[in-house]
Amino acid sequence: MSQHFISVEALKRQFPGSDKAVFEDLWFGVEKGEFVCIIGHSGCGKTTVLNILAGLDTPSDGAIIFDGKAVEGPSLDRAVVFQGHALMPWMSVLDNVLFAVQSRWPAWPKARAIEHARKYIAMVGLAGAEAKRPAQLSGGMKQRVGIARALSTEPKTLLMDEPFSALDALTRGTLQDEVLRLRAATNLTVFMITHDVDEAMLLADRIVLMTNGPGARIAEILVNTLPKDRSRETLHQLPDYYPIRNHLLDFLVRRSKAFTPPAGWDARKPPHVYAAAPKAGLGVGLDGAAAE
Amino acid sequence: MKISFRLRAAIVSVALLVALLGAWHIATSGAGQTQAMDPEYAKLMGLTATQGKSAMPGPLDVGATLWKHLADPFYVKGPNDQGIGVQLGWSILRVALGFGLAVLVAVPLGFLIGLSPLFRQALDPFIQVMRPVSPLAWMPLALYTIKDSAISSIFVIFICSIWPMLTNTAFAVANVRKEWLNVARTLEVGTFRKIFRVILPAAAPTILTGMRISISIAWLVIVAAEMLVGGTGIGYFVWNEWNNLSIANVINAILFIGVIGMLLDQLLGFLTRLVTYPE
Repeated sequence: MSQHFISVEALKRQFPGSDKAVFEDLWFGVEKGEFVCIIGHSGCGKTTVLNILAGLDTPSDGAIIFDGKAVEGPSLDRAVVFQGHALMPWMSVLDNVLFAVQSRWPAWPKARAIEHARKYIAMVGLAGAEAKRPAQLSGGMKQRVGIARALSTEPKTLLMDEPFSALDALTRGTLQDEVLRLRAATNLTVFMITHDVDEAMLLADRIVLMTNGPGARIAEILVNTLPKDRSRETLHQLPDYYPIRNHLLDFLVRRSKAFTPPAGWDARKPPHVYAAAPKAGLGVGLDGAAAE
Repeated sequence: MKISFRLRAAIVSVALLVALLGAWHIATSGAGQTQAMDPEYAKLMGLTATQGKSAMPGPLDVGATLWKHLADPFYVKGPNDQGIGVQLGWSILRVALGFGLAVLVAVPLGFLIGLSPLFRQALDPFIQVMRPVSPLAWMPLALYTIKDSAISSIFVIFICSIWPMLTNTAFAVANVRKEWLNVARTLEVGTFRKIFRVILPAAAPTILTGMRISISIAWLVIVAAEMLVGGTGIGYFVWNEWNNLSIANVINAILFIGVIGMLLDQLLGFLTRLVTYPE
């Protein structure tokens, strides 16, 4: 039944010693080339969903189907950008990326692997910093290396766990632009966790809204109707900006706390909602409810 | 004019040294009681009895002996008369062998304990019971089984060096940051590559700290071990000079033991800095 590129099905995670699941009965899909953000309060299990998708954690129930195969452990096809950059401090920038490249292509001669790693370091704007150690880099630069490392393995999808939450607002902005640019260049499928409403609106095609844990569910999936060529500078001037923002904030501030499924709500097909009038060409093939 | 902090500290150090040597000199230079005695008998009794000279050598006596040792450290004139350099060389060799063997055992074993919670649990009682045992308590057992006093002292060094390295390695390996391991997992890194490229570099500073503690303990223990087994080594030298009632040589030996101990510690400190990574 699953035609999605990534298909999350009946996912549940309950930690040992706890009598309530962090989340249960999660269903949603991500299409190829799509950018999906998941948003929700701390403790709703967003990171756990991402970890299961990365293969670093196992669900108590349900499964994730990725590109036609069930996720059973980590894979180079699913690259992760970690919240705390997770660079190896004893390796230079080049070696950090090279470590990933050589993991992907162990048979490559070293010169070829270095050339490949340099290409991705340059892609995130760090050409010239190859010999530096992570400790010599600013927080934003470290996260750029983290992104270069993830992209260098040419994965099928990029999983990002609040990658910019530890950065100051200015750096976060530049890195968001960078991600927009990289994504346009590579057309990667991206799944990202955030708690920043503006970040989700800037980057995501669809935004998955999770209720508060324990027992978190997917309340609805918001389709981002902002034009594709949006940019950070002009985001807040777009006509749909405030309706979408208000919808998201309203959910986070009020509705996520005491979510009671409305009549006709089906966990298997969380409703797709539009904060502003849907536009042609958006959300096509996404709306599971509409398709049936 | 401002004097740098280091220079001021050095001045205080030198002042303390001068004061200490001065006090030592004064304390040992006074003449004690003497008795009139038969000249033949006086020859046997030595300077303490005849001229009231203190039996404790003063700094000048010790300095003179020190000069003698430094001028010719490596002579060998029979089993009981060898240069201090030769004796120290034997001790350093034994420490190096015992310590080296301990590294070969403790680091891989520590990795195993650190990586496997089962082994950690299973080996814990053995480590807890064996670690507090004075390494010298192993000496009779070693002498009986190995039947060679030189190898026995190496074994004692081995036994005392093992524990700090073992516990530090196990702790460091078990506490490698989860996110680095997760990076390795998402990159599908194989076990050996993970051990050598991720876990070992991550744990290296703590492992080296364990080695630094180990070598300090080994250097403490070798003196006592050589006093027991005899033959060669700085510990034997100390005991031999005590039997010769040459306090000046004993004080010299203490100085040399201290300096070599410091050098060993600094060597390991230097190696630790080489593998330490700033975060």
